[in-house]
Amino acid sequence: MQAMIDQYQTAIRTAAEHKTPLQICGSGTKHFYGNPVTEQSNTLDATAYSGIIDYEPTELVITARAGTRLVDLEAALDQHGQMLAFEPPHFGAAATLGGCVAAGLSGPRRAAAGAVRDFVLGIRMLNGQGEDLSFGGQVMKNVAGYDVSRLMVGAMGTLGMLLEVSLKVLPKPAAEITLRMQLDEIAAIEKMNQWAGKPLPISATCHVNGELFVRLSGAESAVRAAQVKLGGEELSESGVFWQSIREQTHDFFQSAQPLWRLSIQSTTSPLLLPGKQLMEWNGGLRWFLGDENASAETIRRTAKNAGGHATLFRHNESCIPVFHPLDTGMMSIHRALKEKFDPSGIFNPGRLYPEI
Amino acid sequence: MSPQELVNSLRSFLPPEAVLYETEDLKPYECDGLSAYRQLPMVVVLPQSEAQIIQILQLCHATQTPVVARGAGTGLSGGALPHAQGVLLSLAKLNRIIAVDPLARMARVQPGVRNLAISEAAAPHGLHYAPDPSSQIACSIGGNVAENSGGVHCLKYGLTVHNILRLRVLTISGECLEIGGESLDSAGYDLLALMTGSEGMLGIVTEITVKLIPKPEKAQLVMAAFDDVLKAGNAVANVIGAGIIPAGMEMMDKITIHAVEEFLHAGYDLDAAAILLCESDGGAEEVTDEIQRIYAIMQQSGATKISTSQNEAERLKFWAGRKAAFPAAGRVSPDYYCMDGTIPRKHLADVLRGIEALSQEYGLRCMNVFHAGDGNLHPLILYDANQPGELEKTEEFGGKILEMCIRAGGTITGEHGVGMEKINQMCAQFRTGELAMFHAVKAAFDPSGLLNPGKAVPTLHRCAELGAMHVHRGEQKFPELPRF
Repeated sequence: MQAMIDQYQTAIRTAAEHKTPLQICGSGTKHFYGNPVTEQSNTLDATAYSGIIDYEPTELVITARAGTRLVDLEAALDQHGQMLAFEPPHFGAAATLGGCVAAGLSGPRRAAAGAVRDFVLGIRMLNGQGEDLSFGGQVMKNVAGYDVSRLMVGAMGTLGMLLEVSLKVLPKPAAEITLRMQLDEIAAIEKMNQWAGKPLPISATCHVNGELFVRLSGAESAVRAAQVKLGGEELSESGVFWQSIREQTHDFFQSAQPLWRLSIQSTTSPLLLPGKQLMEWNGGLRWFLGDENASAETIRRTAKNAGGHATLFRHNESCIPVFHPLDTGMMSIHRALKEKFDPSGIFNPGRLYPEI
Repeated sequence: MSPQELVNSLRSFLPPEAVLYETEDLKPYECDGLSAYRQLPMVVVLPQSEAQIIQILQLCHATQTPVVARGAGTGLSGGALPHAQGVLLSLAKLNRIIAVDPLARMARVQPGVRNLAISEAAAPHGLHYAPDPSSQIACSIGGNVAENSGGVHCLKYGLTVHNILRLRVLTISGECLEIGGESLDSAGYDLLALMTGSEGMLGIVTEITVKLIPKPEKAQLVMAAFDDVLKAGNAVANVIGAGIIPAGMEMMDKITIHAVEEFLHAGYDLDAAAILLCESDGGAEEVTDEIQRIYAIMQQSGATKISTSQNEAERLKFWAGRKAAFPAAGRVSPDYYCMDGTIPRKHLADVLRGIEALSQEYGLRCMNVFHAGDGNLHPLILYDANQPGELEKTEEFGGKILEMCIRAGGTITGEHGVGMEKINQMCAQFRTGELAMFHAVKAAFDPSGLLNPGKAVPTLHRCAELGAMHVHRGEQKFPELPRF
């Protein structure tokens, strides 16, 4: 395995010397996400460096190489009744751990359990000079040095090439059921937020087509007690439904229109934007299928006014920037960090923002 | 700039009582919770608004004057130790809870607000702020952000980094950054994570939006005594292996049990080699179910005595001893020195044996309290500062414990921060490459190195001079030598 790292280091050093950009590629399942790399680039294939390095169920920690497929990781955890609690979307069978961390996307359980970044404990990476660096570790509590590990989450590979990642894992709940109830958007937003303020075992929420879906997870007795409190009808195919939200195979997502992702304050009233919407995370995440009357500017202003940001998640060859623009002060910090980690600017230029 | 010129400049925009420079006024600020390190600052400023802080930073930036931020001063690693030629920036007067939004479950607060005050303000709505460091009655939320503070419930509820949404941060040049938002994520790099635990080295936090979570309906505690530390360690692994994430999981060793029982009478078993406190919280049904399972696991793991709290008074009584561990140390010894290493739990028995051997070697007693769920160990070395050389011996002993934690695959600090105290051990935990990246991250925010200079990350020169043995990924310099 060290031979492979040597090869990566050589490729990075050569690229840095000639200032030739490198596009770090996993299996390409999230290739649609983010901006395209802006310059002519060579591909750095990250899939070969794969495999689980260490997994101790009773320590709640797994360490694996970035090329490890998420399905393999999840299968290993499943054998011990554990899971990645942030329920990362795969968007394809070949999705890798490295891509999952670089994209920083989390699934339905996010509002209850936390995001990818909340579960990253440590990373090993190569910076823009090919230096082999390790940050964080394999323990839950670690405040030695700046939190560079979490800085890599969602950085879209612009700061370095991930080699290994240590993640906190959690036990799977003993019981899980989903309740379905007819509620309009306004009522659903109110209910979801009220319930989130009570000690109820709610692990996911989704509102679509005038129906609210609430997933309860925990001890059988706790789930049943909560069911009595919340009411609604029990869904027979609970797992299938949440899988379709997580992987965006639900009917809602089968559309040729651009898909926007608005991450905003959960109590925000229904968005006055023209087009279909789906809510998750107690109202904190709004998926929006924009028609041509919805300008990017309007969508971004709406998201900003609601305390959040908007991402153009799926699009057709659009020239609209994917990620919400940063103000000058924030961009200058981003540029400074990029310059420190990748002084020659070789990693995925433009993938996150044109300036980095 | 001379001290007098600096004071004059500060007083041109701050009220007289907000600028302290007489030695007797500076004295209360000479140290934080780590009183072994003391230094008088050149001047202390006590601003009341963000606008005033911007002016202070602009002045310090223009005159290249170091700035050390200070919250409540309860930190245990010397992170708020003043700089002799610098300004000590106290954020204590920014102590307003700006807004509590119960439906959105968040609160906007100023950095000087006490940790517990947030939970008190949220309590009428059935909510609380989860991280509860043991100093929560006094420590400030700004300091919690600087140190990424945890508490006894963090295995289940997370650290500060998991419980904040947004920060307003001023850079050393006085520029304001809005990091994070009212949403669960934000665009660009995760600067919220980078700022959390950055020990006042990257910017000055002037406002924080924290998450509030529902108060559990019920909490119950199982107390189990063991005749062997290894068995207690295995019991912890068995609980977690059974799919239970306890709200709290604490361990005390024999010397701690005796020290606290003697003056608190919490009902601890004095014959035990270790006591485990394992708490379940949540909905009533969940807790009842979990407590039964925990009880059974303790039995199967060979506990010699098990009690379950029958009511809230009893639960608090069981906890009282654990919470009094530090005062108890102060009662049995003139001084104590608290360490903060974290280890993978499977190495607990080895590390405790190693500490015992060091304790013999140095002739100093050591009490061990342990956040067992997350592997965070707090050895309390008992010493007498009035005995010449004993503090130095204690520090050396402590340093060896931390190096042992690194060798076990852990870290030198789980929640107290590096500050001034553990700066040498950073050379053992990280290689030149990582330390250089830390300096680069610092330079991205603070190119002239004016914020809290000399803390948290050692210079490469210091590490070279120290010649510390670097232990990384379990690769040891002399693998043939026995270590425990």
